[in-house]
Parts: sequence; C-alpha cells; structure tokens
Amino acid sequence: MKKKLVSVLLCASMISTALVGCGSSETSTTEEAATEETVAEETTEETATEETTEEAATEETAAADGEGSVYYLNFKPEQDEQWQALAATYTEETGVPVTVITAASGTYEQTLKSEIAKTEAPTLFQVNGPVGLASWKDYCYDLKDTELYSYVKSDDFVLKDGDAVSGIAYVIETYGIIYNKTLLADYCALDGAVISDASEINNFETLKAVADDIQARKDELGVAGAFTSAGMDSSSDWRFKTHLANLPIYYEYQDKGIGSTDAIEGTYLDNYKQIWDLYITDSTCAPALLSSKTGNDAAAEFATGMAVFYQNGTWEYSNITQDGLTDDDLGMLPIYIGAEGEENQGLCTGSENYWCVNKNASEADIQATLDFLTWVVTSDTGRNSLANDMGFVTPFTTFDDGYTASNPLINAADEYIAAGKTAVSWNFSSIPSETWKDNVGNALLEYAQGTGEWSAVETAFVDGWKTEYEAANQ
Amino acid sequence: MEKSIKKYFPIFALPTLIAFTIGFIIPFVLGVYLSFCNFTTINDAKFIGIDNYTKIFTDETFVHALWYTALFTVVSVITINVIAFAIAMLLTKGIKGTNIFRTVFFMPNLIGGIVLGYIWQLILNGVLLYFERTLTFSATYGFWGLIVLMNWQQIGYMMIIYIAGIQNVPGELIEAAKIDGATSGQILRKVTIPMVMPSITICSFLTLTNSFKLFDQNLALTAGAPSNKSQMLALNIYDTFYGRVGWEGVGQAKAVVFFIMVAIIAVIQLGATRQKEVQQ
Repeated sequence: MKKKLVSVLLCASMISTALVGCGSSETSTTEEAATEETVAEETTEETATEETTEEAATEETAAADGEGSVYYLNFKPEQDEQWQALAATYTEETGVPVTVITAASGTYEQTLKSEIAKTEAPTLFQVNGPVGLASWKDYCYDLKDTELYSYVKSDDFVLKDGDAVSGIAYVIETYGIIYNKTLLADYCALDGAVISDASEINNFETLKAVADDIQARKDELGVAGAFTSAGMDSSSDWRFKTHLANLPIYYEYQDKGIGSTDAIEGTYLDNYKQIWDLYITDSTCAPALLSSKTGNDAAAEFATGMAVFYQNGTWEYSNITQDGLTDDDLGMLPIYIGAEGEENQGLCTGSENYWCVNKNASEADIQATLDFLTWVVTSDTGRNSLANDMGFVTPFTTFDDGYTASNPLINAADEYIAAGKTAVSWNFSSIPSETWKDNVGNALLEYAQGTGEWSAVETAFVDGWKTEYEAANQ
Repeated sequence: MEKSIKKYFPIFALPTLIAFTIGFIIPFVLGVYLSFCNFTTINDAKFIGIDNYTKIFTDETFVHALWYTALFTVVSVITINVIAFAIAMLLTKGIKGTNIFRTVFFMPNLIGGIVLGYIWQLILNGVLLYFERTLTFSATYGFWGLIVLMNWQQIGYMMIIYIAGIQNVPGELIEAAKIDGATSGQILRKVTIPMVMPSITICSFLTLTNSFKLFDQNLALTAGAPSNKSQMLALNIYDTFYGRVGWEGVGQAKAVVFFIMVAIIAVIQLGATRQKEVQQ
C-alpha cells in the first residue's frame, strides 16, 4: 500500500513540476531541485497536496535571488529592442535580472490586467494619464521619496493621487503633420503652385488648398496622394480617434479655460469634420478601404515617398527613416483644423507614458526597480540609450548635460516653441474611457466609408462623453 | 478484475482528475463567484451581488452579438453538415484517388484558428479589393467571410465522421432496398440517413457548439469591426472583460450566462437528434 502511495505522490509532483516549470526558464533548475526536495518530505509525511509543492518551489526561488528582480511591462513597441538591450546591460553590470516584456500595439491594458494578477507580476508598468491612473491607483507605489522623483523637472510631469506621486512621465512627445520636405519643395517648384514655401502653411485653408492641389496633380509629382492612408485598423486608428480628437477638445477647453470636463459640448466638431474630410479625400487610397489599412501601411507610404503628409509624432522617426528618407527630408507642421487664431498654434506636445511601480511587489523587487530606474536616468549608458537610441525627450534634470535627444521631428517642435507658437497640450488624457475612443473611431470609419452619417460621430463624441464619464465616475 | 480496477483507480485517474480540477473546476467556480464581484484583477474582487447581471442586457452590443451568433450558428451548422455529408457520399463511392481527396479535405482542420483567420483575411481582402471593399466594410462581409472560413475548416473533419458512418451502413440493407425498386433518392432518405443518424448527432453537436463559442477565427478575421457589428458572443465577452475598465465583472457575468445558454442548446439538440437514431 505504501508503495502505491509513493507512486501517486510521484505522479502529483511530476505534474506540479511541469506546471511550475512553465513560469520561467532561467530559474527552472532551482525549481526542480526544490520540488524534488519537497517530494522527499511529502513522502515521509504522507501528505499529497500539490499546492505545497508549488508553494515550496516559489519560496525557494524567491529566496534564491535575494536581491529582487525587475519586470518592466513596456508600452512602446517601437522601442522594444532598445529596452531589451538596456536591460541586458544592467543585468551584466549589477547582476540584477531585468525582464522587459512589450505588449503588442493596442493591447497594453489587457496584458497588464492579466500579468499583474500573476505571482510574478510586473514591478514596473505604465499608465497613460489621469484616466489610466484611476483604474490602477491601487497598484501604484508612492514615488514621492524616491531618487527618481527628485530628478523630475516639475510636477507637470507627474501623476498625483492626492499627495502621493503615483506616476512619473519619462518621455515628452510631440505630434503633428509630418511632411516630406523634398516632395513639398518639388511641389512648390511646379507651375501655379498654391504656395512657394512650406512655411506659408499656417492655417487650415492653406493646408487644404495645398493638399487639394497636390492630390489633383499627384501624377505630376509622382505621389499616390497628399496624405497617407488614414487607416482605421487598430494599429492606426488611435491617430484619429485620440490624437486628432485632441484638437477639438483642446480648443473647447481653451475657450472655457478648463482642463477636464464631465460633459463636452463639441463646439469644434465641424473643424474635426473638416480635417477628417481632408485626410480621407486627399489620400492614397479610397475611403472604402480604410478599415483594413494599418499603421505600417501609412508609415510605408510616407517612407517610400508615396505621400507628402503623414499625421504622427516624434516616436515615428526611426520607422520612417528606414527606407532612405534622410533627416533633411523631414519636417513637421501643426495640425490646423480651422480654429480662430490657429496661425499661432504650435505642435501637440505632452506625455502619455508614466512609470508606475507596483506596490504589491515584494520589497526587494520594489527596491530593485527603483534602483534600475535611477540607473536609467543617471548612468551614462541609460541616458545615452534613452536620449540617443530611443530618441526620447525626457523631463529629468539629469539629461541636461549633453543628453538631449535630437532628430528633425524633435527639432521642429523646438523651433515652433522658439518662434513663440503655443504648444497644444495633450488633453486626450482627460477622455473618459477607451470605449469613448472606440466608439468615436467606429463612427469616423463608418462616416468615411459612407455607411454612416457624421451625426453618429457627434453622438459618440458628445453624448458618449457624458455616459462614459458617468460610468467611469459613479 | 473489478477489484483491481478499483485498486488502481487513483493511479490512472488521479493525474487527470488533478489536471481537470486545476484546469476546469477551480476556474469555473472562481468564475461564477467573480461574476458577482467588482474587480480590476481577479485578486482584488469585492462582492456586489447581481449588479453585473442587470448590466448585461443594457449593453446593446451583447444583444447584437447574441443575434449575430445565433444567425451564424444556424447558417454554418446547415452548410457545414450538408456539404460534409455530400462530400462523404461522393468519397464513399469508390472513385479513383479517394484517399488523396480525403486527406486534402481534412487538412485545413490541422491549421489553428488564428492563422486561418489571418490567411483568409488576406485572401478575402485581396478579392474584395477589386470591388473597392474590405472585409470589415460592413458586418455582412464579415459574416459571409466567417461562414466561408468555418466551412473550409470544418467540412473535412465532419466528412471523416460521416464517411465512417456511411461505411457502417450494411450493404444488404441497400441491396434489399434496390431489389424492392427504391430509387437512389429513396435509398438516401429511407436507409442511409436513418442509419447514419448517430454521426449526424455528433456532427451537428460539434458544429453547433463550435459555432456558438467561436472565438479565434472571429478575432483574427474581423475582430468585431466595424463598430462591433461582426462581433460574436465569445469575442463580446472578451472585449467586455479586457476592453472596458470597470466592466470586468460584467464580462464574467456574460460568460456565465453564455455557459448556461450553450449548455441548454447543446442538451436540447442532443435530445432531439438522439430520438431519431435507429438501432441496427
């Protein structure tokens, strides 16, 4: 009888080893050793619950590292490689294991939701602003007394929950209408061009006149359209349902002198329609095809010179220079929507990337994470990687001595500020929910392909804001 | 013999039982509990009663997904089974290359749903491009795209089951029918179909539950676009759980409702087809 019990126990422990083994491959040797030990114990004690096996195994692993480890759930797929490299360097220098996992585009929230429930949860994650913080504030460690916080230039770059500092922005980004300088210059040289220099585009009318003319003479210029395809696939639709939607929100907030609202009026929706109409008419593809156009499609069209204008931001620099465009080809224009006084409007600058440290992680892990972050913003390797490899403009004082990122898109943003233009703030972080964005995006698409009316966009924008705000704040 | 079965029961059944408990029973019980809770991640659940359930039917997308799924199920169950049965009839007639045909028809079933979804998305979008349309232009395109995909994937599998059933029909029955002067239509209706009723039960059960709980193909092919109009129930639940902050519990409640629905439909269907089965 005893023999059989032993074999039963062996079966059970075999399964649990297999299950525990899934967790991580690096530590599997210690885990196996731990499991074998517990099996021996169990056989003598004659108790066969496999939870004990699993628990013992994890305890053993945690105890084995001692110093804690870092698990960063990264939001930005375009910088994944650089983060991996940076993590590897840190591990090499200090011996502290750093895991960087990047969520696929548009799936950050759901990846975070399932990752954070695990035993080995991310110790470092990101929220996208006040609305994102609202759902994750129970997981945010107060960063007020950390070294990292002492380097932040101003409280404009942190997210606060009461007095606690819950999130710290690590990159300031700018978006607008990226344009191909060479192609636009070619256009200006044509007979009867609407403008003679790119700098003449300083309001919506001129932008529209130029785009319409380029579209009409696209064969002469050798392009497929004025604007890249306004793809509404999930890899690209955020450019319109979030970033473009920021402008009508921004102007309404400006008029009222507010920074967030529980009910938006949509006073600038006609302008939103104007610019959207321009994007879908003067485009490289027919509006009916937009639903399947991806972010890569648009980037490729711009990078290969098939389109002159491309709405996106500083983060796209490395993507669009892959196919032969040089720094001299790139410029960025503000997104003009036809609002009053927009001649003085600059580019849209802000952040939606805030670092948060998981407060539920073990103390050793939290400390390891804070150390890692401090290293990232103070060491030469870390600063070099952030500023030069990733091309981030950061809000930290430590970067002032020689680690300022530079690429033509960032320089364009600086030039607008130097010229005294007002930068547009990122008010889309006050959008009440992701569902609001989805509904606006869906309505935009249906309007574009002719299966829906513009009034649906208005409903999603105005009524949707109210209902989503109520749902989120009840 | 019986004694030794009892004796060795734990050794043979325990590993499976443990796996079944971990992989099914625990998540199920936990899931039912969570459907009465408000939570962000499953570790911080707060009990709130039936609030989640009352929210379900105020959500238009769920009701739409329910009808869309029901319609899809009806169409796909009919097309898959009719075509699979027809092909099975053809491939039991002893034509040349039968084995090759069977293999080829069965093969799509070996490819995973996500991969199939993306492949068919490319194919169908490529064809629709000529008409300046895409698969996600409207829910109708998505619907028929999904029907084509599912037919392509499942017909082979169902065909194999039907072939096995048809080959089991005793030759003497058909011969007797022929001698009595039955036409081939009559033989099909009065002899073959009643005799393969067990296969029909299995196949319709499989296709019914498969279509009803279809997820990966739906996700890969259209992801519910446009405006969630081509979203089926399973995807709707997934989107509610992961896509809406504060609605995790509602997603869970939807999942419980979904489970009950699938169970009821499957039981009714099994009962209905079982009645028609005949003893040989």
